[in-house]
Amino acid sequence: MRAFIVLVQKEFLQIKRNSFLPRLIIAFPILVMLLMPLIMTMDVRNVNVAVVDLDRSTTSRRIESHIEASKFLVLTQVSAEYQSALKELEQGAIDVIVQIPEHFERDMMAVASPPRISITANAVNATKGAMGMQYVMQTIAHSLNELRSTKSPAKFSDMITVDNRYNPTLNYRHYMIPALMIILFILICGFLPALSIVGEKESGSIEQINVTPLSRLTFTLAKLTPYWLIGLFVVTVAMLVAYFAYGLVPVGSVGAIYLGAILFILTISGFSLTIANFSETMQQTMFVMFFFIMIFMLMSGLLTPVDSMPEWAQKFTTILPPRYYVEILRSVYLKGSSIAELSTNFIALGSFALIFNTLAAITYKKQA
Amino acid sequence: MNAIEVHNLSKSYGKLHALTDVSFSVETGELFGIIGPDGAGKTTLFRLLTTLINPDSGSAIVDNCDIAKDYLSIRSRVGYMPGRFSLYPDLTVEENLKFFASLFGTTLDASFDLIAPIYKQIAPFSSRRAGKLSGGMKQKLALSCALIHRPKVLFLDEPTTGVDAVSRSEFWDMLSNLKNHNITILVSTPYMDEASRCNRIALCNEGRILGIDTPDEIMRSFDKQLYGIKSSNMYSLLERARKVEGVEDCYPFGERHHLLAGPSFDIQMFTAQLNDIRDLDIVRVEPTIEDMFIKLMKQ
Repeated sequence: MRAFIVLVQKEFLQIKRNSFLPRLIIAFPILVMLLMPLIMTMDVRNVNVAVVDLDRSTTSRRIESHIEASKFLVLTQVSAEYQSALKELEQGAIDVIVQIPEHFERDMMAVASPPRISITANAVNATKGAMGMQYVMQTIAHSLNELRSTKSPAKFSDMITVDNRYNPTLNYRHYMIPALMIILFILICGFLPALSIVGEKESGSIEQINVTPLSRLTFTLAKLTPYWLIGLFVVTVAMLVAYFAYGLVPVGSVGAIYLGAILFILTISGFSLTIANFSETMQQTMFVMFFFIMIFMLMSGLLTPVDSMPEWAQKFTTILPPRYYVEILRSVYLKGSSIAELSTNFIALGSFALIFNTLAAITYKKQA
Repeated sequence: MNAIEVHNLSKSYGKLHALTDVSFSVETGELFGIIGPDGAGKTTLFRLLTTLINPDSGSAIVDNCDIAKDYLSIRSRVGYMPGRFSLYPDLTVEENLKFFASLFGTTLDASFDLIAPIYKQIAPFSSRRAGKLSGGMKQKLALSCALIHRPKVLFLDEPTTGVDAVSRSEFWDMLSNLKNHNITILVSTPYMDEASRCNRIALCNEGRILGIDTPDEIMRSFDKQLYGIKSSNMYSLLERARKVEGVEDCYPFGERHHLLAGPSFDIQMFTAQLNDIRDLDIVRVEPTIEDMFIKLMKQ
């Protein structure tokens, strides 16, 4: 036990002596949590709209003024020529063209199959194209509804009501923040212990440790303990930043978040140890870690939903630990799910922690 | 009683045979030198005996413990100083010592009398980080750390490599002092001239032991006559001398070539044959360990 305490003390001393690590551990979570949500937003704003108005009626003008009033859309021009508008779309000056056909107002109510408004969108940036199109359609539908209700005695009510549960304002940040917390864990609790162990291999000090009667379990535990503690510190900082900067408070219990954090930190540190056991140099560790981190970040539903992946990829995500923790974080933060409701996720994370740490213990040979 | 007994120890890395059938024994309290060039398998032998790696075949006993079965008890009985400085460079001298003392369940004070003569020399730098010490001081710190738990057997892997001549001599004095504490020391070195500081030496090359004895006995067993030859054109002298009858071997050795004389060698005949070399100079020389090593290596 004394050896364990001495080892942990030594580990903290080394972290403290390092010119870079203490700053990284404190500044990194704060910076990531403050900056990334501002940058990584999928909300589409400033969609440039051109209206090709062939009708020139009160209706078309009403549509135009609605577009102008929308906070997402910018009405850049109103012309009578589709071709010139299309050219500008090609050049990227405008994102969406709305063409209002001739006699639209006249035929709108009278004819059985009224002429249609056509919308053309630049979908090079698929999200911006789709979202811009959506906003334009909503705006036009809104104007037409208004018109109808003034013209006919029967009051048209909205036929559809939309209720965005759990994230009522469709705030992308609330979706992203849990993912950012996981990225922090992967980097701080995954990278650092692996580099620390391989660093001992590079400096040769592991050899000096290996000739002591110290058991490998004690050594490994002592190596990881500081990073576990740092991980819990990081999750606390991240939650505080989420609250103070974005007013995001978990609807569910903080305990569930910490339990998940502990299991996830155990998993990712066990994983990084396994990689460290197989590498001889820091470079090797870095590249192998990068490879897995790319997969973790892009495939486990941190940035894009798992449900929108092809089926084989969805099956693959079941072996990615971050997938379970991001689900826990989002459910607890946004839906207020309880530990019992998320039991499969907790069990999955627990099993991963067990598997990776066992693997790390088996592959740690007491040799060079 | 023997502190170290090695029986037919072999270890290979893939196709490379680092050690082949090595056997020797070291008495308790002996200062035993493993002498051989780079790649002789010295480090592999040390890593095997300190239980860092397992042998392919053969066995070894260190302080009554088998290196395969009792590896845990060996670790608290031996001190190991690897060839490369491998203490924590970001901890201070004192922190390193205290850290390793704690790992062995002892304290700096408990072993202070043993390491005091060595530690005193680095004590003024006790709060300096180990990585910032000079080469000689690093080596003294490493030796102090290896002694911190009062080991019965000390393994020193090339402790004097890369150290200046004065520090090297100092270091050997320190080792001689340690013998008073009845510590068995196994030390390896590529410097043949350090062999005379050992009680016994094992000459080894390419994973095999060529001969084991006291330095004096090894010299005595050098049964051939050795001459040193010199002229202004050393290279052609080497070529010509090798062709003369009775010359068993001739090799460059410092400022003279050493010439190993066979039974049919005659110094008059030799000078007569090379009479066209005007400034030929030939003298009898005493063999050194290095001559012995070269002789054994060529057999």
